[in-house]
Amino acid sequence: MQTDIAKPRPKIDSVNRGFWDNARAEKLSVQTCSACGDAHFPGSPVCPRCLSEDQSWVQVSGRGKLLSWVRFHRAYWDSFRADLPYLVCLVGLDEGPLLVSNLVGVEPDDIVIGAAVEAVFEKVDDELTLPKFRIR
Amino acid sequence: MGIPALNEFHKLKDRIAIVGVGNTPYGNFPDTDDYGLGARAFRNAVEDCGVDKDKIDGLLVCRVPHYARMGEIIGLNPRWTIQMPPHGRMSGMAIIEAAAALDAGLCDYAALIYANIGRSRRVNYGGEESPGVWDPWGFTSPGAAHALMFQRHRALFGTTTRQLAEVSVAFRHHACLNPAAVMKQPITIDDHEAARPITEPLRLLDYCLINDGAVCIIMTTKERARDLKKKPVMISGIGAREAFTTGSIGNFDLNFWHDEMQDVAEQAYGMAGVGPSDVDALMCYDNFSPTVLFSLEGLGFCKQGEAGSFVEGGTLKLGGKLPTNTDGGHLSNSYMQGWALNIEAVRQIRGECEDRQVPNAQVVQYCGATPCSRSIIYTPG
Repeated sequence: MQTDIAKPRPKIDSVNRGFWDNARAEKLSVQTCSACGDAHFPGSPVCPRCLSEDQSWVQVSGRGKLLSWVRFHRAYWDSFRADLPYLVCLVGLDEGPLLVSNLVGVEPDDIVIGAAVEAVFEKVDDELTLPKFRIR
Repeated sequence: MGIPALNEFHKLKDRIAIVGVGNTPYGNFPDTDDYGLGARAFRNAVEDCGVDKDKIDGLLVCRVPHYARMGEIIGLNPRWTIQMPPHGRMSGMAIIEAAAALDAGLCDYAALIYANIGRSRRVNYGGEESPGVWDPWGFTSPGAAHALMFQRHRALFGTTTRQLAEVSVAFRHHACLNPAAVMKQPITIDDHEAARPITEPLRLLDYCLINDGAVCIIMTTKERARDLKKKPVMISGIGAREAFTTGSIGNFDLNFWHDEMQDVAEQAYGMAGVGPSDVDALMCYDNFSPTVLFSLEGLGFCKQGEAGSFVEGGTLKLGGKLPTNTDGGHLSNSYMQGWALNIEAVRQIRGECEDRQVPNAQVVQYCGATPCSRSIIYTPG
């Protein structure tokens, strides 16, 4: 583990706080509109479909499909240099929203787009836990 | 969507002309700044069309820090001013906005100035300079978003990196014929395959250049264009459609902007009264090589999923079926974010392109597949 250089952290605000609180409890959630039921990510101050402000972070299954993936060979932050090359995935959650995250526990040659994936939780420190994904 | 595919763009057909184009050299110019570059491009465009500078009453600036300072520097006090952000998708938007303003009489002569000093300022297009939602996972940069799309295109349609290489190889070939281009060394498909990976599956030669330079375009109405130095180039078709639904993943669309580009094509071809088979040269926004494949599919040059085989064998090269980015594009000429492609379209129609001239270019199309997809069809006035 790298401790000397800090990786970028989420900018937690009133809209996204629920997501990160849930992640710390190892729950994956998406913002869901109480008025029309629209589920979306990232969070938004109003529901993109009906513009209601009555929204909350509702836990989802954590399951989805791998829509795409890439492997970074360039460090845009010095704090990621030791991780090169690292995998980033695009996941379509079963509940609909798309998430960008990291794919763990798999070698590039074994990755198949369309594969079923599920969320795992990587504790960074007491304040931050990152949801990541593995092949189911 | 609730938005009709075709709209009142039709009444702008052949109403507005590009009359003057100008650019600076392209490269690394740490001794000047955005304004200095913009002023040079403006002076060249004024000379190109012979307009009396003091008649210019419209100013649009893009990637220039401040419109008022630009106006002060070139001595303009216009009655129509717009400042656009430094995003690659803006060039087509800017030209369409200026056309609408000219048609409405908000101004009589519009100067559109784009300047980019990103090379000298060491712009990275990722990491700390462009914070995003996905930073904690190390996902950043428009190139990575295009890599996500190309990876998916490969999986869905069997597109190969050797097919993708055709794009970079064709544009480099054109750059070698363009004295103004930054890149001068020919490349092969094998060179593309051997280049260092940046965000796999994309490699260095899939990425645009980052260089300094500026472009200026002067536009006016068809009637006023007759009094100027060169034969006008008409805006015969325009198309536009945004895709903001996955806006937090910058420069990304799960379906390669296919629906939006189809919509753009329907508008632009319908307005101009031409189709893909009439296009003599295509100027295709190429921030990253996959965008070109997505654009070809969306505009209907081939079916979705078939762009890989469509570009094989030099289709995009001069002399090929569809000469594309004859100046070398963003990959090999200059990173002018669509602006240089639009002036190349004008120069092709004027017949000013010398070694890279497409014979008798009558229909030249600009397109950009981005979250703000645009296309413009140019024809001789």
